[in-house]
Amino acid sequence: MTMTTTTPSLAPKHAPKLVRPSLAQRLEPWAPVLLIPALILVGWLSISSPTSWLTLTVSGLAMGMMIFVIASGMTLVFGLMDVINFGHGAFVSFGAFVGVSALLMMSAWTGAPSVALNLLAVLAAILAAMAVTGAMGFAFERVIVRPVYGSHLKQILVTMGGLIVAEQLIFVIWGGEEIFIGRPETLKGSFVIFGATLEKYRVLAVAVGLVLFLGMRAVLRGTRLGLIVRAGVENREMVQVLGYRINRVFIMVFVAGSALAGLGGVMWALYQEMITAHMGMEIMILVFIVVIIGGLGSVEGCFIGALLVGLTQNYVAFLEPKLALISNIALMVVILMWRPQGMMPVIKAK
Amino acid sequence: MSEPILQLSGVHTNIAQYQVLHGVDLTVPRGGVTMLLGRNGAGKTTTLRTIMGLWRARAGEVLFDGDPIQRLAPPQIARRGIGFVPEDMGIFADLTVEENLILGAVSGPIRQDRLDWVFDAFPALATFWKMPAGNLSGGQKQMLAIARAVIEERGLYLIDEPSKGLAPAIIATMAKALKDLKTAGATILMVEQNFSLARALGDHAAVMDEGRIVWTGAMADLAGDSALQESLMGLKVETA
Amino acid sequence: MVRLFLSGDGPQSRILGAILLLILFCLAFAPFLFPGTRSLETAARICIFIVLVASYDLLLGYAGIVSFAHTMFFGLGAYGVAITTQRMGTSYESLILGTMAGAGIAAVLALVIALFSLRVRAIFFAMITLAVASAVAVLVSQLSAITGGEDGMNIRIPRELTPAFRPFDEPVLGVRFSGRHLNYYLVFFTCLILFLGMLRIVNSPFGRVLQAIRENAFRAEAIGYRVIWYRVTATILSAVVAALAGSVFAVWLRYVGPATTLGVEIMLDILLIVVIGGMGTMYGAVVGTAIFVLAQNYLKDWMGGASDAVGFMPLLPDLLSPDRWLMWLGILFILSVYFFPTGIVGRLRGVT
Repeated sequence: MTMTTTTPSLAPKHAPKLVRPSLAQRLEPWAPVLLIPALILVGWLSISSPTSWLTLTVSGLAMGMMIFVIASGMTLVFGLMDVINFGHGAFVSFGAFVGVSALLMMSAWTGAPSVALNLLAVLAAILAAMAVTGAMGFAFERVIVRPVYGSHLKQILVTMGGLIVAEQLIFVIWGGEEIFIGRPETLKGSFVIFGATLEKYRVLAVAVGLVLFLGMRAVLRGTRLGLIVRAGVENREMVQVLGYRINRVFIMVFVAGSALAGLGGVMWALYQEMITAHMGMEIMILVFIVVIIGGLGSVEGCFIGALLVGLTQNYVAFLEPKLALISNIALMVVILMWRPQGMMPVIKAK
Repeated sequence: MSEPILQLSGVHTNIAQYQVLHGVDLTVPRGGVTMLLGRNGAGKTTTLRTIMGLWRARAGEVLFDGDPIQRLAPPQIARRGIGFVPEDMGIFADLTVEENLILGAVSGPIRQDRLDWVFDAFPALATFWKMPAGNLSGGQKQMLAIARAVIEERGLYLIDEPSKGLAPAIIATMAKALKDLKTAGATILMVEQNFSLARALGDHAAVMDEGRIVWTGAMADLAGDSALQESLMGLKVETA
Repeated sequence: MVRLFLSGDGPQSRILGAILLLILFCLAFAPFLFPGTRSLETAARICIFIVLVASYDLLLGYAGIVSFAHTMFFGLGAYGVAITTQRMGTSYESLILGTMAGAGIAAVLALVIALFSLRVRAIFFAMITLAVASAVAVLVSQLSAITGGEDGMNIRIPRELTPAFRPFDEPVLGVRFSGRHLNYYLVFFTCLILFLGMLRIVNSPFGRVLQAIRENAFRAEAIGYRVIWYRVTATILSAVVAALAGSVFAVWLRYVGPATTLGVEIMLDILLIVVIGGMGTMYGAVVGTAIFVLAQNYLKDWMGGASDAVGFMPLLPDLLSPDRWLMWLGILFILSVYFFPTGIVGRLRGVT
């Protein structure tokens, strides 16, 4: 099974008369995308200062991107195997602690005023975090999730148990105290554009999130593995009947999703400049909202949902700090009233 | 005659606590179309799903090309060379026609000759090549489902009621395509309720009732004997 | 007579029956059997948690719905009493009104959440309750003008329920009886009534339908039961009982704060107890709570000792430290979901 060939080479050349779906047909499922500019516009109208608005928009997008990185794995795992993993937050926390420990060890590199050295340190920290959380994901799937396939109730209970144990392990390994972490030298400070201060790190986070999203889309649409995943989300049985071992694909997705959660943890750590053992659990609350409003199983929906949540959180935190978390629940309510299965529901065969 | 491609002996299958197959003995000879007929609930679909490994046989043996396959998982069975078109077609609605066919070709890129054949038999698939399969009509989906199975050359195709809910004109297109496939040397085991289609396509017939095979023979013998049809399937066929 | 009280749902096991009787006996005579403030504190906590856990079992074990908002409802009851007594002054009326207000708000909130999430997809419920509960917890700690924020609120209860009140001049059965003891019996009997009430509910036709839905929602719907109606009702009932338990807890503690009522840890405790005790049995709540609370009080001491004993070894002292109590519970929890899905009660009844 060649997994990496891209679509064009999989089908021979031919010149059929193509009927493309009409513009309206193709736009209809993308209506939710328009919510993002709409929300940004609402932000513009309700925040009187344009410079604050720009700062908040960038930080909202940065936060959204990070939540997307974390949530994407969870939504795919659900879509593919109908497995609901409440322990996903454990990977975020572990990723953050491993990444931060690595960065603290490389303080010579992070402290140097060199872009190359700083990025190298961050990259090394990210790889360490992803390796650890990926391996954890593998173990988690085998030990915790595998025995409870098919029962949502048991999955929720067992993965929650897994989360508790993982969180406690963090206490055992790193102690109970929160750890403060400064950003690498060249990622400190901010750009000033149109009078608005944009933190360098946030701009970087937006870029990283965007690249990851586009990369993920390319894999899902352009490779055989991606096609198997997308088809499996829709109809697992049919994929098996064609001759693909979906369980292997699932483990790969689970491990990849866990590693991405670890990456998200490192990004979040550098965003907040502080980590605690509970951080994964706290982020999971936003992740759940994102996954629900996006449509369980849909990566695109997850992306849009994450940006909406990130923006809402930042705008409202500026306007009325106490309502920040409530506002995201309100967002969820509104979207579920509009589309009860989430913005981009996955068509399930059964 | 050479060794049969598929041989079921004494296959028992349960779905949850209900026993559906009570010892199915079925032989599918190499080449040609074997029709699996019978009333609703006789166990035809369950037989196909058991061959595919989607239901596990509780007892009995399924030999494909002489090897027992009843303990294998569906992907392994598929890779040995059995293509399956399920009753609900199993189209990936979110994927385009092209992507559906790419997934059908499990062993590598789509072969040009197979694709030519598919486009020739089902021109609509070429027309809607880049369209999400969910937007196709019912008939086009059925064609895609068949095309997805045959895009990969396999020793045996299991097709579950392809005419279900389709308009006569579309059934005719499909019948022609399946006939072509047969002429090209393929072996098909097909469940069909539409008796005139079964008669037109079938070489061999097996009739099921209450989870057992109750009659096997040449399709022509069954088609020529309306009393037999009525006693086996409760069918009253107008010989038009 | 006993059967009537138990709604015909007896322990069905001699050992279980004996354990339950022992727990009932200890709780009923706790002030006389175990004099001392800490023991009475423990006994009251066991009473309240039995009700809290049983009300969660109503939802999880009987309706098959996972909620993470149970402590939110518990907290609503507690804050209802606290805020009402603060505004209206200390009186029995304000206690009752506060209790009713807390239960009422809990019912409405449960209705909204349940209608909203169960209509769409039952699994949304777990996620949505988690989100709502944490939002409420944050809100409670932020709206300090109303709730006292992180510090919480002290509750002034009528003097008859406080240690200062001495109804008898002579000791009763060797105990100097005070308002604190009266308060304990208020807790005990309220909890007993609530527990028996829930036992009645789960053994009523309503409870049977709930279990049918848990086994196969699709079939129940096909037979003609409005699945959503049953699930929503179960959610509301469970929320109201949790709120009532919260009110009782507030009156007993004379204090309410985010950590004592809304904390994630309490939510986890409830989950652990219900699973370890036995889901869908009601009695699992009793046995589970008794073991859990006792273990929490005494096992931690033991862990501390063990941790010190292996102090020379690497990592082990950290793993055995009493602070890591939750980790071992978590492991126990996972193992019990796998291997003893029917919990202690199921084991004793011989059901696997």
